[in-house]
Amino acid sequence: MSVLFAHLGELLTGLLTTLELAVLSFPLALVAGTVLGVCRVSPIGPLQSAAGFYVHCLRNSPLLLILVMVVFGLPYLGATIPLFGSVVLGLGLYFGAYVCETVRSGIAGVPIGQIEAARALGLTFSGVLRQVVLPQAFRSMVQPLGTIFINVSLASALGAAVGVQELTGSARQFNLDYAQPVPSFIAAVVGYLLITLTAGQLTGVVERKVRVRR
Amino acid sequence: MTSDTGLFDELGPKARKRLRIATVVSVVVLIGLIAGAVAQLAHVQQLTARLWEPLIQWPNLRYLLDGLLTTLEIGLVAAALSLVFGTLSGLGRLSSHRWLSLPCAAAVELFRAIPLILLVYFFLIGLPTFGWSLPTFWVLTIPIVLHAGAVFAEIVRAGVNSLDRGQFDAAAAIGLRRGQTMRLVVLPQVFRALRPALVTQVIRTLKESSLGYVVSYPELLRNGQVIGEYNANFLQTYALTAVIYIVINFGLSRIADLLDRPRRPRRTTAASPAVPTVPSETLSLR
Repeated sequence: MSVLFAHLGELLTGLLTTLELAVLSFPLALVAGTVLGVCRVSPIGPLQSAAGFYVHCLRNSPLLLILVMVVFGLPYLGATIPLFGSVVLGLGLYFGAYVCETVRSGIAGVPIGQIEAARALGLTFSGVLRQVVLPQAFRSMVQPLGTIFINVSLASALGAAVGVQELTGSARQFNLDYAQPVPSFIAAVVGYLLITLTAGQLTGVVERKVRVRR
Repeated sequence: MTSDTGLFDELGPKARKRLRIATVVSVVVLIGLIAGAVAQLAHVQQLTARLWEPLIQWPNLRYLLDGLLTTLEIGLVAAALSLVFGTLSGLGRLSSHRWLSLPCAAAVELFRAIPLILLVYFFLIGLPTFGWSLPTFWVLTIPIVLHAGAVFAEIVRAGVNSLDRGQFDAAAAIGLRRGQTMRLVVLPQVFRALRPALVTQVIRTLKESSLGYVVSYPELLRNGQVIGEYNANFLQTYALTAVIYIVINFGLSRIADLLDRPRRPRRTTAASPAVPTVPSETLSLR
């Protein structure tokens, strides 16, 4: 145990890296997913199919494969980005597919009367989406998006497999260095619990704040 | 053209024209994107036959297919075990005995709140320090079972909780005990409703088995890595690997959809046509 406290700094750095990964890739997933989701509900056939194809491909492949492709494959394409950046990119692209499905069901959850009323006011398709549907959809999506954020922060642990020293990676390193499996893994579990519980609480608070009362 | 979301309906001549233009533009943009990607691939010489040829040579292909078999093996074994573990811990969590429900709840919450790879590392490098070394197959499979099982436990719990209260009341009225109610009344209905979730569980474990890459167990992703390293064609091999995963998992998810579909129309026609589902819940005694 004393070894653990002496080297707690390394694990804290890992925890910070995990947080950075999650906090940077989640907005990326949000943007990608919203664009994809809007494409999937749009009346434009090719965009619908392209977004659907993307979502099916990403959701049906393992995240580790996507990460490995981005980290070790992109350089062959002539794009050399730092390791950390590629993991963020991989996480963002992967969870974008999940955000897309959340956006789609969020849009489907907006009462049809709202949409009919907006159309009756003469709003265009993009007007209906931007001013009436998406603001309501996003509010109902707080809870699912919070879950996706938690999933992103847990999934960022796969960064350890491609060489990012985040929380799991530093727990593993700590264990290799000092052969203290139980304290190091308990510390990592506590770190992940801190992130997921905080995220869950925050989601609850935000959800209550922005909920649409019908 | 009407969308199921009601976002737009029958288009007028003007809107149809605009839609045609938008369609053409989006096709051009999409083709442009694909062409750009292909051009870039050609530019960095990733399209040369030398890099793609290994993928159609039988020894390489066979190695990948061996990996696929292992992936399927891990996926199916882990899915089956996780169903057992998930059902037991999900029901345990619903138990009225605290000595049973508390540990079950703790286990489910713990395994859901930590990343799978952390669990794998614990089994891989943590346990051997206590002198326990498992075969690599189980180092990979047990964490998947625990993780996927915890997810399934919550699905089972939600399934039991979403069952109409009247089912429990009726079972109590004909004198069934709690265990009998679960076994004879609740579980058969829950599992029938959860058939799609069973298939999704296989998809989950198949995807999670890719962590064989981490423990160097020869499943699909790991074998893809080996082939890519050997032939120096990572991009091409990983692309093929991805196609294999996607085809299999997409096929499975279609099965899940099919299992989900035929029930819906039957339920809406058979169950009271005039009264929607909401009143039956609000009326039931709590």
